Amino acid sequence: MPLGMVVLAKQVPDTKKITGQAMNDDGTVNRSALPAVFNPEDRYALEAALEIRQRFGGTVTVITMGPPAACELLREALFMGADRVVLLTDRRAAASDTLATSYILSCAVRHAGQAGTVDLVLCGRQAIDGDTAQVGPQCAEKLGLPQVTYVEEILDVEGGRITARRNVGDGTEVVRCPLPALVTVTDTFQEPRPWSAKALMKCKHARAPLELEREAAAAQGGAAGKAKAGGKAGGAATAAERKVAQAVAKRAEALKARGLLIEQWTLDDIEADLSWCGRDGSPTKVKRIQSVVLKGSGHQEFQNTEEDISRLVHLLIEDHTIG
Amino acid sequence: MIRVNPKGEVWVFVEQEDGRLHEVGLELLSKGRELADRLGVPLAACLLGYNVEGLAEQLVRYGAEKVYVADHKLLARYQTNPYAATMVQLVEAHEPQIVVYGATPLGRDLAPRIASALRAGLTADCTDLDIGEHAEPSSDETHENLLLQIRPAFGGNIIATIVNFDRWPQMATVREGVMVMPEADPGRTGEIVAFRPRLSETDCPIEIVDRQRTAKRVDLKKARVIVAGGAGVGGKDNFRLVWLLANALGAAVGASRAAVDSGWIEKDHQVGQTGTTVRPALYIAVGISGAVQHRAGMAEAAKILAINSDPSAPIFQVAHYGICGDLNDVIPRLVHAIKAKG
Repeated sequence: MPLGMVVLAKQVPDTKKITGQAMNDDGTVNRSALPAVFNPEDRYALEAALEIRQRFGGTVTVITMGPPAACELLREALFMGADRVVLLTDRRAAASDTLATSYILSCAVRHAGQAGTVDLVLCGRQAIDGDTAQVGPQCAEKLGLPQVTYVEEILDVEGGRITARRNVGDGTEVVRCPLPALVTVTDTFQEPRPWSAKALMKCKHARAPLELEREAAAAQGGAAGKAKAGGKAGGAATAAERKVAQAVAKRAEALKARGLLIEQWTLDDIEADLSWCGRDGSPTKVKRIQSVVLKGSGHQEFQNTEEDISRLVHLLIEDHTIG
Repeated sequence: MIRVNPKGEVWVFVEQEDGRLHEVGLELLSKGRELADRLGVPLAACLLGYNVEGLAEQLVRYGAEKVYVADHKLLARYQTNPYAATMVQLVEAHEPQIVVYGATPLGRDLAPRIASALRAGLTADCTDLDIGEHAEPSSDETHENLLLQIRPAFGGNIIATIVNFDRWPQMATVREGVMVMPEADPGRTGEIVAFRPRLSETDCPIEIVDRQRTAKRVDLKKARVIVAGGAGVGGKDNFRLVWLLANALGAAVGASRAAVDSGWIEKDHQVGQTGTTVRPALYIAVGISGAVQHRAGMAEAAKILAINSDPSAPIFQVAHYGICGDLNDVIPRLVHAIKAKG
């Protein structure tokens, strides 16, 4: 029986590339200055899903929640071989903590299930911007599914059960879990496959409707944007605005015919209860953010000479640090 | 979620496996003791397992005034669902104000499941906890005596303080090794409260087919002195100098992620955000530039000695002692001086 799989993936700022300029003066993170990347462990989760599809058959849907720019991640997922990709985008989801995020994603998984059963939900163990590792287990709880965390190898999928090897820090554990289930995948899983050249040629033109609007507005020049704002105030659409809307509709139709229109969902589409979403739905609140400051007090410099080094060793023995 | 209950207890979930307590639970009892004293409420430990009553007395000696023991055969081996169900039942029955867990693979598998079921807040991998107030900008209200949950984020580039003032209990997982291990006091007394969880076989959907434990070859957490090498060491051959110095001092060998990724040393030795957090009496950083991710794991060392040929390396800013020079000269000189004094 082919498996219905959903991969939850996130586009994240590349925290390894943070430099001094990436922090604002008030210590907050200047996200726009950081390159956005496919969260590393989510890529391993997609690899796990594609591996399962290859060995046991099935379909792979990738859902990402984020701004339209996250479509870049969805295109990469298509290049790797995903069957279906979805952009979940809604301003009301902003400022969600892990609990609210899990709730929204669980609604999205349920909504994806309307097109076919979902047997397995996969996501990376954690995202590199928050490193919480909470969204996977919380999403499993919200969906009422058993969870298998820290998976580094899929051993078998058979008889409605998945057998996987988990990396539990001081060793490994092989577990068998009935489907449907949720698994989180670590970066000790096999390396994600490279993009397929064929998929790249076909899918590089894939766009979400919001991207098409932006591209069309840009093509019309800044005037269209202004016209749009003015049109709203005045009630009637301007000629420029109508032109943009027509161009968008035309391109969307053409993409859809070729299977290249990225699905786009809002919180209304997935029937999320708004009181569970965004800041209102988030029990944890950020009280304060501080940028890391080096201490550097009481520093003592020693020269690279025998005398100085001997003096240092003497000092360390004197205060019982060593010896 | 449970009601906001300022009289509620402070709870520590203590991890055990095969009848042995995980150290992080004891570390958390020392921090929990401090928080409970600040709030003027009792400190309790939650012990789940099968035939584990014997461990409860130990927890009292480490500072718990109360130990809730859920002893059930379905809790013999850790499994997410029955453990989460038991904790949810305990929380709903006793309404603690704070529940903390070790940020171990087990704790980070379990705590989010409990938080989601309770619809309560949870902060991951805290490096410090405190009690304080929070003025909420959206309501102009000030909430007093909240748990301040302090953690690094964005790869260690920022430190965030998180609060949860309305959807209790306030919960956090806490990184291993960052809280001080308490001394056991045989004179302490406490109450042991048996709790009978409502569990059935359907709560245990997962079958554990096989378990392999790899004994840790290095125990960096227990080392008094650590000599750690980084990218600046330059190669696997040169890493011998790090071992040489460690042997002269009877020290453990640590490494930065760069050295581990280069294949000069095994991952067991890695110190830092994705490795072990250490707080030795002396940490000698050899050829380690001092990226935030590394500092996150060693900045709490009592003394830090940095050896680096780059005078602008950030490690010098956190070090108490610094030697700027080539490790090929510095290490033999150090070893010579140590042997001469010893």
